[in-house]
Amino acid sequence: MTLRIDHLSKQFVKGGRELVTSLSDINFEVGDSEFICLLGPSGCGKTTLLRIIAGLDHPTSGCVLMDGMTVDRPNPKLGMIFQDYSLYPWRTVNENIAFGLELQGVKKTGIQPVVEKYLALAGLSGFGNSYPYELSGGMRQRVAVVRALAVEPSVLLMDEPFGALDAQTRNKLQLDLIDIWVKTRKTIIFVTHSVDEAVFLADRIVVLSPRPGHIREIVTIEEDRPRDRTSVDFAKVRRFVLDLINQ
Amino acid sequence: MNRSSFRHAIPSRSLLKILLPVAIIVGWEVAAILLNKTFILPRLETVFAVLLNPFSGELTFGSGSLFDNAIISLERVIAGFLAAAGLAIPLGVGMGRSEIVHDLFDSLMQLLRPIPPLAWVPLTLAWFKIGLVSMIFIIGMGAFFPILLNTLDGVKGVKKTWIEAAQILGAKERQILSRVILPGAAPTIWTGLRVGFGIAWMCVVAAEMMPGTNSGLGYLIISSYNFGQVPVIIAGMIVIGIIGIGCDYLFKLVDSHSFAWRELER
Repeated sequence: MTLRIDHLSKQFVKGGRELVTSLSDINFEVGDSEFICLLGPSGCGKTTLLRIIAGLDHPTSGCVLMDGMTVDRPNPKLGMIFQDYSLYPWRTVNENIAFGLELQGVKKTGIQPVVEKYLALAGLSGFGNSYPYELSGGMRQRVAVVRALAVEPSVLLMDEPFGALDAQTRNKLQLDLIDIWVKTRKTIIFVTHSVDEAVFLADRIVVLSPRPGHIREIVTIEEDRPRDRTSVDFAKVRRFVLDLINQ
Repeated sequence: MNRSSFRHAIPSRSLLKILLPVAIIVGWEVAAILLNKTFILPRLETVFAVLLNPFSGELTFGSGSLFDNAIISLERVIAGFLAAAGLAIPLGVGMGRSEIVHDLFDSLMQLLRPIPPLAWVPLTLAWFKIGLVSMIFIIGMGAFFPILLNTLDGVKGVKKTWIEAAQILGAKERQILSRVILPGAAPTIWTGLRVGFGIAWMCVVAAEMMPGTNSGLGYLIISSYNFGQVPVIIAGMIVIGIIGIGCDYLFKLVDSHSFAWRELER
């Protein structure tokens, strides 16, 4: 699987007259099983870029190509996880995980083992019959991750998924995500405004400039995982990326 | 006086809640005895006598028993309510999902909404004459708008990411409607049904007072007035109130049982 963002730009009309460019000539390629972070300040268009890759939004020019095919609508091969979890509060954890399979018309007997498998992957065995409001924010986001994984997408698009969580939960979920990524070998594109998070997670960080967002640099990080936030190398990379952002 | 002893000085809340009804009942009985005019204020016992014989037509002077009339009123209100819900929910969903449908119907709905259901009575009689169709029309008019507006509100209030998450997982438009929009809007739609049913119940009683009607609780109390049977009027009013509370309670029960997530989600 290769995903190609090809000379992609996005403009929109603000207040009926002013033409705003939110993304300008974005151009990069994502390989199989790669972990990419889109990093940039608020308003740089990183969420818009992710939504375009997901097929939820459309570029003004350029395109997103998945294995050579243009992505212009949502596609189960491209899973997405939202910052607000967007779990269905009227469904139990099991029913939330089963949702995508139900939509595809998979029979109940076929759904059950898949749900169990992903419930275990989320570390939530025993919580299958709970409702989302009975879970903590971190647990909810894990359900959202495995709900997306259950339909076996090739790519996981994550829009500041840990942004609403406290620092400790966030660190824990970053570790869990790396674990899931190692186990499932999905391609992940992860939007964040936290330099620390990007340096901890990514194979490559796509650093975006403030509006109009264009790619300032793509930083490759070779360090093995799990990474040590307190190491000298980690601090070096973090400083380098911070300098890029503050330019 | 410190706080705790002050709190002890206040009677318990449940006692406070029944204080006024009890005072009114006692005051009523005293006033009825002093006044001694059954046609203005009958003794409590005479009202209870009617209430305690709900299946007998004897005390209601040929207007049918309390029970039979209550059943007829309930049948009418359910028919009118179902007709209203059957039209208002699909229209509300359509208006909430499609701007074209919204713009097409919005001005007409805004125009009709402020007209009280009872203002339709003369026109209804001219169109449908006296009978079940007229009743259903007036009851339906009362229930329609609360159901429509709440459905619209509920559909618009469905979180955008709920819909997008479903699209990402491969949902078709029909699946989004049945598995995301309807369950997501259900608590608000249910509120609309509850309010709509309450208004429908008020409308049925009023509609049964239309000239030429010969059954139902509304008919019972208006005909009892003509016969000078004030105890039956009051007993009829009490039954109307009790059925109203009972139905509202059933709606509330389903609400707290099935839609608890609405409150807990925030």
